[in-house]
Amino acid sequence: MQSRRVFLKSGALALVTLGFAPSFLARTVAAAGARRKLLIAIFQRGAVDGLNMVVPFGEPEYYRVRPSIAIPQPGREDGALDLDGFFGLHPRMAPLAPLWAAGHLAIVHASGSPDATRSHFDAQDYMESATPGVKSTRDGWLNRYLQARADEREEARNPLRGVALTRQMPRALQGPAPALAIGSVASFDVHGDTTERASFEAAYASAADQVLNGTAGEAFQAMRTLERTRAGARPSPSRDAGYPSSPFGQALLEIASLAKADVGLEIAFAESTNWDHHVNEGSATGQLANRLDDLSRGIAALVRDLGDRMADTLIVTMSEFGRAVSENGSRGTDHGHGNAMFVIGGSVKGGRVHGKWPGLAPEQRYERRDLAITTDFRDVFAEVVVRHLGASTDVANRVFPGFRVEASRFKNIVDG
Amino acid sequence: MSRRANVVTLSIAVVALAAAGSRPAPLAASENDTSAAAAAHVLNRLAFGPRPGEIASVRRAGINAWIDEQLHPERIDNRALEARLARFETLALDTPTILRDYYAPAMQERRARQKQAGPTNPANLENQENRENPANPPTLAARKARLVLSELSEARVLRAVYSERQLEEVLTDFWFNHFNVFAGKGPTRAFLTSFERDAIRPYVLGDFRQMLEAVAQSPAMLFYLDNWQNVQPQMTQMTQMARMPRGASSGRGQRPTRASGRFELTSAGLQQPDPQRQRTPRGINENYARELLELHTLGVDGGYTQDDVVNVARAFTGWTMRPRQEARFTFARQLHDAGEKHVLGHTLKAGRGVEDGREVLDILVAHPSTAHFIATRLAEKFVSDTPPAALVDRAAKRFRETRGNLREVTRAIVSSPEFLAAEAQRAKVKTPLEFVASALRATGAEVGTALPVIRVLRDLGMPLYFCQPPTGYEERADTWVSSGALVARMNFALELGGGRMRGITVPGVTSASAVGDRLVGDVLAGDVSQPTRATIAKAATADQVIALVIGSPEFQRQ
Repeated sequence: MQSRRVFLKSGALALVTLGFAPSFLARTVAAAGARRKLLIAIFQRGAVDGLNMVVPFGEPEYYRVRPSIAIPQPGREDGALDLDGFFGLHPRMAPLAPLWAAGHLAIVHASGSPDATRSHFDAQDYMESATPGVKSTRDGWLNRYLQARADEREEARNPLRGVALTRQMPRALQGPAPALAIGSVASFDVHGDTTERASFEAAYASAADQVLNGTAGEAFQAMRTLERTRAGARPSPSRDAGYPSSPFGQALLEIASLAKADVGLEIAFAESTNWDHHVNEGSATGQLANRLDDLSRGIAALVRDLGDRMADTLIVTMSEFGRAVSENGSRGTDHGHGNAMFVIGGSVKGGRVHGKWPGLAPEQRYERRDLAITTDFRDVFAEVVVRHLGASTDVANRVFPGFRVEASRFKNIVDG
Repeated sequence: MSRRANVVTLSIAVVALAAAGSRPAPLAASENDTSAAAAAHVLNRLAFGPRPGEIASVRRAGINAWIDEQLHPERIDNRALEARLARFETLALDTPTILRDYYAPAMQERRARQKQAGPTNPANLENQENRENPANPPTLAARKARLVLSELSEARVLRAVYSERQLEEVLTDFWFNHFNVFAGKGPTRAFLTSFERDAIRPYVLGDFRQMLEAVAQSPAMLFYLDNWQNVQPQMTQMTQMARMPRGASSGRGQRPTRASGRFELTSAGLQQPDPQRQRTPRGINENYARELLELHTLGVDGGYTQDDVVNVARAFTGWTMRPRQEARFTFARQLHDAGEKHVLGHTLKAGRGVEDGREVLDILVAHPSTAHFIATRLAEKFVSDTPPAALVDRAAKRFRETRGNLREVTRAIVSSPEFLAAEAQRAKVKTPLEFVASALRATGAEVGTALPVIRVLRDLGMPLYFCQPPTGYEERADTWVSSGALVARMNFALELGGGRMRGITVPGVTSASAVGDRLVGDVLAGDVSQPTRATIAKAATADQVIALVIGSPEFQRQ
């Protein structure tokens, strides 16, 4: 009970610091229907240690097998931020605590891919194609979403429907539907003078080559859209929202500016890297703590920057797999299985840790070693596609080939 | 300024070339083999695009003679390229040397630094390998580690631009991609120099069966598709017991007496933590077996079952190596599942060893699906994204007749009427590597360092050696025609034309119109739309002309 008070205290503190009331939902019910839904997918590449991110402090086994890296129980020095008397947030994730308190942050623990691989590369591939175990899938699930709903959209070929703030197109957005991968909004431009740009546009516009002609048309259309945005017709991104200066923080800032510019953005993708802590992971401070700080401050700033728009926005975090239950000989953790996902937004049934908790005792673990998976990540993605993005089950089944989307398996994370 | 240095010498060449190129060229293919369009087509497909004057020289030699010469690269003098590659110190090294002198020191240093830095330092082993951190300039060891892959990448670009054995380069790119491995997975990067040099390049016009075995035994493939951990299931219990912490094995069973049973899998050459190493192999790993069938030989619809995958995996148990030591292929008999196996209707008798895997490769090469799949892939590469079925059938027949002689299969495709048909010309979009290399060739660029090109290839979505999935990069146009990628291509064109790529100089020319004539006539064979022609005509400077031609819709195709 002590622990609850600590959470409330830190939660309230964080609230004051952030300076906003996280109940953005109430104010925007009227406007919500009109706007397009936005999904922001955040990939934590490298496999975050979900057990130190969302700490099962109610499990004695957790402390037994992680003697040097466990996060202390709530109420102790550097303790976890109590969520529900059993789970707690890593203390450096305090920026997200107000969202939990307001019911806009849900957690799905013991989730992940049913495939057994512990290879980063294969597991990321499987999570982004959303076809675990099938390597030959050509497109990513977010691109398939864009494809599946193209005929419902007036601007189906608008490449700004799906934007990744990454240099290379992430696997999740690869595929035939138009999408952009851009390091920054500013860099998506032809870097010549106006004559050169006009010359290119003219050459492509009149080209008999349908493929190149169409795609270049989309590109120049997107460039003009963005140019109008940059010209100041829209509020510039709120640098004072508190984005970290990291690449991740800047990517979220760019996403917010695109979202606010109403350029047709439906799917945004950002990645947070450097989660692979085999050595000296740290506990309340250290490598993992620093990464979680960056993640939490970034997301909190994004939520604050988007303000009322969060009513139509869902942020989902994912990571290719979790890490072993026991720490290794180098005060780090090796590759594991189940992990935790965050779902944040106005329509989220937050303030709850969803999913069945399998326990940490050796016989409860996956292969006696890792957190078992009780929720297939595709059930979470599918719920997002159906309940948040408003797609039909039929569309959702096209987004997740080889996987039968069943509303009965949804965790009720999102209001339908 | 520097790029104007050669004005005098080059302008002479340019005048000569412009004269050759300004002749009106037919817009479509003609029956005449030596038309400029046909010569340009051949150079676009069997080479990385025409250099100034090359269309003319192919026409002089005759297309068939030129193709025949390219099918025998050993007969072509390549000393100019070799001189360019002479400055690279790692290209000729073997894998044990690269591991010992280039890979290991950086890994040890990184680990030492991590240990020393303690928990507050966000240093990280695996993820930071590719990243530049301005706050921490790379140490000597880190630079040496990076050198291996950067030299290999530079060499790949320089070969594409300057090799006289162009078909061999095109095919090396094709076959590396066919057997794709990913530099980002653990120590794979240290194995790539040998992989490309020893397992791919020698066989691109040789014997497919030999290439298949060279790839199967290469450290790069063994590691990338995990076969080095593919062990017979009975070994599992032994290795697991052997690796249990003391006290945990509490009297159940016995520790294996044959230490060699786990030696191949658990001995660590270097002492850095490694997830791959710390995993206990639990029995067969199907990863390689599946891709061998699906991607390397039969094709996804090639008629194999899950049982075949399992049996092929069993056949390859014990094909392993020690990735952090010398990474030499070894067959570890004690890890091999010697039971009877059934693969695609063939029975592999019990009690055998390495010959199980070899026989599987024989079975696969002889399988008609393999002939058809390889013929399809090559026809997609050389003819069109949807090649004519009759051509594929003929090439597949040639594969079966010659038991996978790739020179003959390639010849069947590139000497076919379908290859030279009008529908095939400009039917394919260049991949980023083809686009960039062809631009450097078209402009006669002097590539002092290819490092900026490697950066451009990343921007264009085709980072060399960093294609993650085993499928390799796509051949089809829709992969390469995205709005972001097109914009990046235009920006590369502007950078190159404007002389803004450090270390790369484009020879100067006398006037905008001269360079326009040269590029349009001598590189695009005059086959340029009226709007593009008008656009180029309006350009004020030679820089702009180069940019507009390289960035034009026509130049994106081959």
